[in-house]
Amino acid sequence: MATATLNREQVTVTRQEIEEWLYAEAEMLDTWNLNEWLALFDEERGSFYIPATDAPYSDHNTALFLIADDMPKLKSRVAQLLSGVTWAENPQSRTRHMISNVRIKGWEDDMLIVKANFVVYRMRFQNIDPYIGEYTYKLLPRNGSFKIAERRAILDLEALRPHGKVSFIV
Amino acid sequence: MPDFGGNAAGLIIDDRESGIFRVHRSAFIDDDILKLERERIFDKSWLFAGHISEFPKPGDFITRNVGGRPIILVTSDDGEIRALMNTCRHRGNLVCREHKGSNAEVFRCFYHGWIYNTRGELKGIPGEEAYSEAFDRESLGLEPAPKMHNHRGCIFISFDPDMEDFESYMGPDALMVIDNTLNLGDMEFVEGHFKYSMRANWKLLVENSMDGYHAAFTHERFFTHWLPSMGLGGGGGPMTPQPTPPNDGKRRGAQPMGNGHVTTAWPTSDRPISGQASYLEKFAGAELEQFREGLVKKHGDENARMIEGRAGNYLIFPNLLIIDGWCVFRTFYPTSPDYMEISGWAAMPKEDSPGLRKARLDWYLGFQGPGGFATPDDVEGLEGCQMGFATHKEVEWSDISRGMKGNTKGGPTELQMRVFWREWEARLTTGQHAEYTGD
Ligand code: FES
Ligand SMILES: [Fe+2]
Repeated sequence: MATATLNREQVTVTRQEIEEWLYAEAEMLDTWNLNEWLALFDEERGSFYIPATDAPYSDHNTALFLIADDMPKLKSRVAQLLSGVTWAENPQSRTRHMISNVRIKGWEDDMLIVKANFVVYRMRFQNIDPYIGEYTYKLLPRNGSFKIAERRAILDLEALRPHGKVSFIV
Repeated sequence: MPDFGGNAAGLIIDDRESGIFRVHRSAFIDDDILKLERERIFDKSWLFAGHISEFPKPGDFITRNVGGRPIILVTSDDGEIRALMNTCRHRGNLVCREHKGSNAEVFRCFYHGWIYNTRGELKGIPGEEAYSEAFDRESLGLEPAPKMHNHRGCIFISFDPDMEDFESYMGPDALMVIDNTLNLGDMEFVEGHFKYSMRANWKLLVENSMDGYHAAFTHERFFTHWLPSMGLGGGGGPMTPQPTPPNDGKRRGAQPMGNGHVTTAWPTSDRPISGQASYLEKFAGAELEQFREGLVKKHGDENARMIEGRAGNYLIFPNLLIIDGWCVFRTFYPTSPDYMEISGWAAMPKEDSPGLRKARLDWYLGFQGPGGFATPDDVEGLEGCQMGFATHKEVEWSDISRGMKGNTKGGPTELQMRVFWREWEARLTTGQHAEYTGD
């Protein structure tokens, strides 16, 4: 689906709009503009998940996740990443978020469901670690743009080997 | 530099009279040392393999590497738990190539189609007529691990057919402490298995998993950001002087437990309320109360407090670390001197109500795991140590002397690491358990 229309709110969204929004988000992450990135999330419903590599479709209420942040946790995560005492990211790693295969899947209540493939490279101490997988976004149309209700990154990696960590925002 | 020639003698300075303990850094980088460790430690110990809750019913199985070998853990059709070597007796292929499954009736090797039942017995050979009289199908079942022991759902295996029995290997202290952990309830491994790694020597993670000294520095963000953001903590942290415990002869604090096993804190019924308990009280208070009632009913008031107080972080030698305050089971294995593969799980009581379980998981993720608010900084620190060891010819020794001669001033001791290293040295040199278990 290249476009989606939500009749109730008369919102029409094109894939190009979504792609531009995703690229802008990726730029915020790769330039470590994390406070700006945090502001993309809906204050109440915002959340960010990365399931464990062996249980990609599990529920964070009952399963162990790599990351299961609601807004208080996500705010703390960003504050920690910018604090200078998150040693895994001080000095900051170089990252490059590559996004492709963007698909608008339709509406779930008031949220637009978008999927996209990603490869995120993290460069540090001359290691290059690729994080590969699929994003699912639940987006709330707001003022001609979007707020994130949920951002889920499902890793295709079978294990975080040799990556060892998810210390930055994938 | 001393000439070790693949021999561990001389890699440790243990001067108990002056209070100096040092480890030669070649122990972290030398291929010959790793070879010795494989032969004399990993092949001659009880190694943690998994938990029964991962494959509870007949036909359920998991596969994973244990001690460098591919292993199938299965509940067979007869209800017995088996640990089978995952290699076909014909010409070697892995017979089971899933990480996990249920309702298996057979394991079929796809290479030439040999079929084994869930007990490992060889049941089918395509074209069996081609084999001579001497060919003995009965003897060609999947080879079981030489030793297996199920301790209250925790499956341990050993690759040494002459291995001493599990109880004597553990000894009364380590058994008491692991039982205290398992007494929290009908324990299960929560869905979701952290499979990660470090570009570092495995012994650095043994040290780190029991290191009280690093917490305030490496994990500064946990104390200055995460806890306050949850309305907890108050910025004290582990370097804050602790009140002197009552002099009543009870064991407290870091304790050697024999045979290289050691804990950073002996469980007591009087332990100040743990971080986990404060978190659970705040976010699932009523449900925690109910859970506690069940614990008291089953174990009595004093024991219930001891169970809930938990031990600290403890090592079951050589490579099982239980981080009791977060319900972590962690094990790891070196594939080279400067790289290890790590597995982490959450072991939690089935009695948890949904809200209590969620709070336990939140507390876990607030510190633990590759995406947690602490573990990534441990990975960073240990990888940094490993990089630093490239200077081992010029900078030969690491120091692990803190708290020797019974010195309790100035914060956490490094006793735990000395206990590990003394066992390590004894195993590599004499093949026996270490004799000295003092400070
Ligand atoms: S290797 Fe398994 S059937 Fe031949
Ligand atoms: Fe740590």
